[in-house]
Amino acid sequence: MIVEIGHFALALALGVAVVQSLVPLWGVSRQDRALASVGSMAAVTCFLLVALSFGALVVSYVRSDFSVENVASNSHSTQPLIYKLTSVWGNHEGSMLLWVLILTLFGAMVALSRRSLPARLRAGTLAAQGLVTVAFLAFTLLTSNPFRRLVPAPAEGQDLNPILQDLGLAIHPPLLYVGYVGFSITYAFAVAALIDGRIDAVWARAVRPWTLLAWVFLTLGIAMGSYWAYYELGWGGWWFWDPVENASLMPWLAGTALIHSTVVMEKRDSLKVWTILLAILTFSLSLLGTFIVRSGVLTSVHSFASDPQRGLFILGILIFFVGGSLALFAWRAPLLRQGGLFAPVSREGALVVNNVFIATSCATVFIGTLYPLVLEMVTGDKISVGPPFFNATFVPVLVPLLLVLPLGQSLAWKRGDLLGAAQRNAAAFGFAVIVALATVAVTQGGPVIAPLGIGLGVFLVTGAIMDLGERIVARASGWPAILSRARGLPRSAWGTAFAHAGVGLSVIGIAAAAWSTEAIGELKPGERLTSGRYTIVLESVTPRNGPNFRAEVARFQLFSGNRELAPVEAAKRVYVARAMPTTEAGIRTDWLSQAYIGLGDTQPNGAVAVRLYDKPLILLIWLGAIVMAFGGALSLTDRRFRLAAPRRATPSPVAAQPAE
Amino acid sequence: MLIWIIFAIMTGAAIFALLWPLSHGRAGAFADAADAKSLYRAQIGEIERDIARKLIGPAEAEAARAEAARRLLRAAGDEGSPAGETESSLRRRRASSALALSCVPLLALLVYGAYGSPDNPDQPLSARLQDDPSKQDFALSFARIEAHLAAAPTDAKGWAIVAPIYLREGRYDDAARAFAAAVRYGQPDTETLAGLGEARIMAAGGVVTEEARASLAEAVKLDPKNARARYFLALAKEQDGDGKGAITALRDLLADAAPDARWAQGVRRRLEQMEADAGRNAIAALAPADQQAAIRAMVDSLAERLKADGGTLAEWTRLIRSQTVLGDKAAARETVAMARERLSQDGPALTALDVLAGELALKETAP
Repeated sequence: MIVEIGHFALALALGVAVVQSLVPLWGVSRQDRALASVGSMAAVTCFLLVALSFGALVVSYVRSDFSVENVASNSHSTQPLIYKLTSVWGNHEGSMLLWVLILTLFGAMVALSRRSLPARLRAGTLAAQGLVTVAFLAFTLLTSNPFRRLVPAPAEGQDLNPILQDLGLAIHPPLLYVGYVGFSITYAFAVAALIDGRIDAVWARAVRPWTLLAWVFLTLGIAMGSYWAYYELGWGGWWFWDPVENASLMPWLAGTALIHSTVVMEKRDSLKVWTILLAILTFSLSLLGTFIVRSGVLTSVHSFASDPQRGLFILGILIFFVGGSLALFAWRAPLLRQGGLFAPVSREGALVVNNVFIATSCATVFIGTLYPLVLEMVTGDKISVGPPFFNATFVPVLVPLLLVLPLGQSLAWKRGDLLGAAQRNAAAFGFAVIVALATVAVTQGGPVIAPLGIGLGVFLVTGAIMDLGERIVARASGWPAILSRARGLPRSAWGTAFAHAGVGLSVIGIAAAAWSTEAIGELKPGERLTSGRYTIVLESVTPRNGPNFRAEVARFQLFSGNRELAPVEAAKRVYVARAMPTTEAGIRTDWLSQAYIGLGDTQPNGAVAVRLYDKPLILLIWLGAIVMAFGGALSLTDRRFRLAAPRRATPSPVAAQPAE
Repeated sequence: MLIWIIFAIMTGAAIFALLWPLSHGRAGAFADAADAKSLYRAQIGEIERDIARKLIGPAEAEAARAEAARRLLRAAGDEGSPAGETESSLRRRRASSALALSCVPLLALLVYGAYGSPDNPDQPLSARLQDDPSKQDFALSFARIEAHLAAAPTDAKGWAIVAPIYLREGRYDDAARAFAAAVRYGQPDTETLAGLGEARIMAAGGVVTEEARASLAEAVKLDPKNARARYFLALAKEQDGDGKGAITALRDLLADAAPDARWAQGVRRRLEQMEADAGRNAIAALAPADQQAAIRAMVDSLAERLKADGGTLAEWTRLIRSQTVLGDKAAARETVAMARERLSQDGPALTALDVLAGELALKETAP
């Protein structure tokens, strides 16, 4: 009965979502508050119904109710509880339900947020959000129903894809979906503003926390996905420019641009039209990602469904929402009131530069991802656009942006002083050059560009620190004053510094990958293999069985130089139900570096094929992302109203600081 | 029935939630301008606090204040005229209520009606396992035993039950593991040991491994008459190259077999194959000239036997082919004639002989 209640709740939610998308919109157009307030109730009701539905599916998984087709084909009664739970979204239908759950959760949050959201904007936003909910609920119910029953129920389920039986599945998709779906709210805000023809600082103020929230989660989701691929796939790569990864990178890039342009809009009432367009594009790219993953145009771990009917349905959704909102934009955007002016050299100008570069880099990823797909569709030729393309296009666009980033963050609003900004960053730049030169001196091998990358990363980190220091120390004298200024500095300023330093850390980690080394060997117990700084000695290979898999575990002693580190275990598993092998890489973290062991096949003579990687500073890549997300979260907690205080036209040397 | 009552309650609750704001919501237009004004007032207040914290200088504060004031003025200018509760607003509410009342249940029933199965009860694993066992299908009870064994891996009896099933299903590795567990945790009996031997052999693709041989030997030690163990030990002998030993072992086995033993048929077939192999191997060991003589002797003995006692079509065919291969066409034709005579009652056999004669070019002079 629980299954059917869940199913009915989902069908009921569809009806409620239809009401949510129509009535408030009518209220907005007729200036009727009572009608508009239906949106909030509908959004909350919709969320409760979808939550009930999701709960029913979770219960079915936990109880191994194989009379539900989705449960039977994606779980197994011997799975540990945690994987029974994660199996819920480890498949197409269940993940769609999670997607809708998060969509309605955001709707309910907008409906219930009491702060600073004008009723009219709230109603318009909930109507637009309701329309998105209708589309995805219909998609889930009609083409990907997770509650389809199976009679008679099979005795045992077919188990979850073994690659997905990992803690990563508990973390990566929910984070990523909160990110993806969170941008639906900014989209809904943009559509509401266009319908209403009104956009101002109030709008920017209302959108900011949602954009930041989505961005923080998307950042963490992508980083987690990358780390998961790194340790699960067993060959030590962490980013493959796989179309599915690109599908999540594009909304991230657009979202990053959006965060920056919203700042300009909130503080200076400028860049309105562009911000609206970005909000639309960001969610459109999220939808595009959904289409790529679920339509069956690709095959990968991520592609669940290859049903042409589903592909067509999502294509329809994509065309409706992207085309519809862009048409609305073309029609209404000219009506929007233009905002404040600013000089080219100013904080606003710097943020425009940021937006131009990020949008361009996003476009390169877009072309690199879609061109091969379109070409294959049109001509049938399969070409693969791999790292060489992206290294040649994406990286050159992003590097100049990162180079000017510290300059931009120290420019003043409205009218900036480029020379002053350059002087303020000279020390950071000098330090970065010294570090880069030292890197050249200390290391051997690796491409020329790697030390430059290290220098760039160091420049970003020190730039962020110096900027903070400038604001706190420069105008204060004595420790008490410094502390009070540090405390008084808006959290968004701290957030900015953390986020930019996080970018720097990631850049250092990525650059250091140039010095990673790899060794392949066939080892018998007692034999050793050396790669870079690390040496391993195979101790033993023993069988070890888990609840639903059999494993061969190889145990290694690990040495870094002459220092012995704790032993490492790497394993090959065979999952019984699907008779599918997976690798469990053995990873030992040594400060920020890692020794990475991947197991290959056992040879007839008893030797085991082993790959050993030395990955210097690799943890910085993900640590940087976490610091970035932390910066975003800090900024999110800063809910104060703030106007940018422009500098007076004749600056006094002391006042050459931005307000924040 | 109960489920429809629940559905009705859910639908009612959802509609009620939608109707609530329509009947209780505040009427009238939006207070956009008020919202905006409060925002800009808050911003001005923030500027004052920043000055107090010394985050901005007085000059900057002045500029910011001017900016906020400008925006505040603009927001005040946007203020529209408030609308009260009017006739049309009432009509709009009624229309919205009608939409909620019709659209929600209609869509839900339409979609659920198309895809739902309200008569289908939940079937969690625990419930399915507690069902009356006589109603369960085989797979389910098997799953139950497996689940039990996962929880109690030292239950030898359980392993002894699942092991032969694994073996029959061709899951040889699992069968070997299950037999081994049954042996390890229980009183080893000969059937289980023999089964372990067989599973190991099958898992190794038919090769009698050292491990398999050990368990078979143990089985025979416990019960020297165990047919399965003896059969596989005979195969082991054959694989060791001891063809004669293998044949003797199988003959002994057949001699001991009860007349109605079902396995005897298979063993007999295997024995015949071995004997044929042995004959071929024996001849292959001779010098070429002797080989020819030995073959001829065998063919002659067959011919004599058939001439004296008659035989099956297969035996006649073998003789005819052998004579043809040996180049003795005349003898072959003679044999064909004799076979036709002996098998004259058997229509299909005569046809088969004709075909054979044609194939071997013995036909033109055949009668």
